[in-house]
Amino acid sequence: MDPSRGRDDGAQQPAATGDRSTLTLQINGTERTLTLDHRTTVLDALREHLGLTGAKKGCDHGQCGACTVIVDGRRANSCLLLAVAHDGAAITTVEGLADGDRLHPLQEAFLDRDALQCGYCTPGQLCSAVGMLGEAADGFPSHATPRRAPVSAPAPLGADEIRERMSGNLCRCGAYPRIVEAIEDVAP
Amino acid sequence: MKPFAYLRARSADEAVQESAARPDAVFLAGGTNLVDLMKLGVEAPELLIDISRLPLDQVADTADGGLRIGATARNSDLAAHPAVRTRYPVLSQALLSGASGQLRNTATTGGNLLQRTRCPYFQDTSKPCNKREPGTGCPARDSAQRDLAVLGHSEHCVATHPSDMAVALSALDATVRLHGPDGERTVSATTFHRLPGDTPDRDTEIRPGELITEVVLPPSPDGAASVYRKARDRASFAFALASVAAVLSVRAGRIEHAALAFGGLAHRPWRAHAAEDVLRGAPATDETFERAVDAELTAARPLRDNAFKVGLARNLAVDALAELAADS
Ligand SMILES: Cc1cc2nc3c(=O)[nH]c(=O)nc-3n(C[C@H](O)[C@H](O)[C@H](O)COP(=O)(O)OP(=O)(O)OC[C@H]3O[C@@H](n4cnc5c(N)ncnc54)[C@H](O)[C@@H]3O)c2cc1C
Ligand code: SF4
Ligand code: FES
Ligand code: FES
Repeated sequence: MDPSRGRDDGAQQPAATGDRSTLTLQINGTERTLTLDHRTTVLDALREHLGLTGAKKGCDHGQCGACTVIVDGRRANSCLLLAVAHDGAAITTVEGLADGDRLHPLQEAFLDRDALQCGYCTPGQLCSAVGMLGEAADGFPSHATPRRAPVSAPAPLGADEIRERMSGNLCRCGAYPRIVEAIEDVAP
Repeated sequence: MKPFAYLRARSADEAVQESAARPDAVFLAGGTNLVDLMKLGVEAPELLIDISRLPLDQVADTADGGLRIGATARNSDLAAHPAVRTRYPVLSQALLSGASGQLRNTATTGGNLLQRTRCPYFQDTSKPCNKREPGTGCPARDSAQRDLAVLGHSEHCVATHPSDMAVALSALDATVRLHGPDGERTVSATTFHRLPGDTPDRDTEIRPGELITEVVLPPSPDGAASVYRKARDRASFAFALASVAAVLSVRAGRIEHAALAFGGLAHRPWRAHAAEDVLRGAPATDETFERAVDAELTAARPLRDNAFKVGLARNLAVDALAELAADS
């Protein structure tokens, strides 16, 4: 998996002066061009400039995972990404997970398992779980992976692995047991 | 946050030249520490030089059987790299014990090395702090220092370096390659981070304008096994209270190669030279491991609330060495 290399690196180089830039993000498959103050994070670009309020602002410091989105195929905390540094990136938010009216299997599983209470952490949990399943399929290990597990083979996902790999997403309502069950339902 | 200009560097040379021309500039890699500190007002650069798209993300074998790790390789890619998992498991384990999946996807080798301390006073601009504002004092010493240093601290600063990766790099005898206005140079990972002394504002030996280009690992010693152990307040997604990186090879019951480094205890990864002196050539027994670790930790000077770290580190290290000996 080599997602971060997919960008157009021939893109025009912004000048080292001024405090705004024009940039393009591919949001859920649609190109959006914006002129933004350099201080704008991807999270604020989504919520304040594009009206996509699915990704949530919990801590704004990388500590809670509520802002998790998928950037060029990898999950990331959008509150710590400067939009200007991600010119050209393809971003998937919770709004882009469903296929028309057909929910993503993880969204279905969260409903089936009742894996939420207030729902504030849920968009981040869903995007994180989508990214996490991709990482495991690509053979990425975690702190819970047995030391002698075969290198580069897809990592089997039991509850311990899921808990460890999802530890960047906090849930103040403590819906963790159901979240883990929902992900187990979808994991291969 | 203060407004700033932004430049996407097209080459390492350009990044270094621009940075030399603009003392108010800071390099941006993954941004997971820098953007956080800019939001807190701890960092307020006038110009960000984005180095994240430079072609410094390769991980490749060296001619002598070592490994070179590019400065912008992502922590998650590095931890998953087959060469790291098979030849340097301590490095993969250290990376995977740090931060979260999403953060590791963004964080880079260079940024991980240069992340700043998590001392709560350093992060709070309403408080004095010698590291943030030299000469203002160190409020941590007499207050919330449960998480802070037990080794190598000074009256001016008792902060710890938070990186797990750096602890493994020290035990692996890695070197850090730097590219600066005056050319290239190499610094050992063990001495790259400094002790605070009376200049705690300087975390590392890096000079203004210098760019980390790569980290180089020497070949893994013959028959060596390695492991990373970390103790923290919650089971995952927390910084180390204490951690240890251990590399050991044993032949016919005797220790041939031993390298030990502690994390969470000092202003830099604490390479345990005194312990290694006891280990080398000695029988690979629990008695040796305990004697070696005690020889190192007699230097500990815990603060009021953090003496527990010394026992914690001791048990982690003895356990790690025993596990490696049992495997070999
Ligand atoms: C909630 C949270 C939990 C965390 N938990 C852990 C943990 O348990 N263990 C752990 O080890 N870490 C942890 N981290 C820290 C994380 O590992 C670092 O934030 C990350 O590694 C920094 O990498 P980056 O590429 O994002 O750096 P950036 O934020 O981009 O940069 C950090 C600093 O390095 C400089 N820099 C970056 N690259 C270079 C280069 N090539 N040359 C010169 N200067 C450079 C920048 O100018 C900046 O000053 C945690 C972080 C967060 C937010
Ligand atoms: S320990 Fe160091 S970083 Fe913390 S307040 Fe004291 S001087 Fe600042
Ligand atoms: S809002 Fe981004 S991690 Fe909490
Ligand atoms: S459902 Fe309320 S925070 Fe998770």
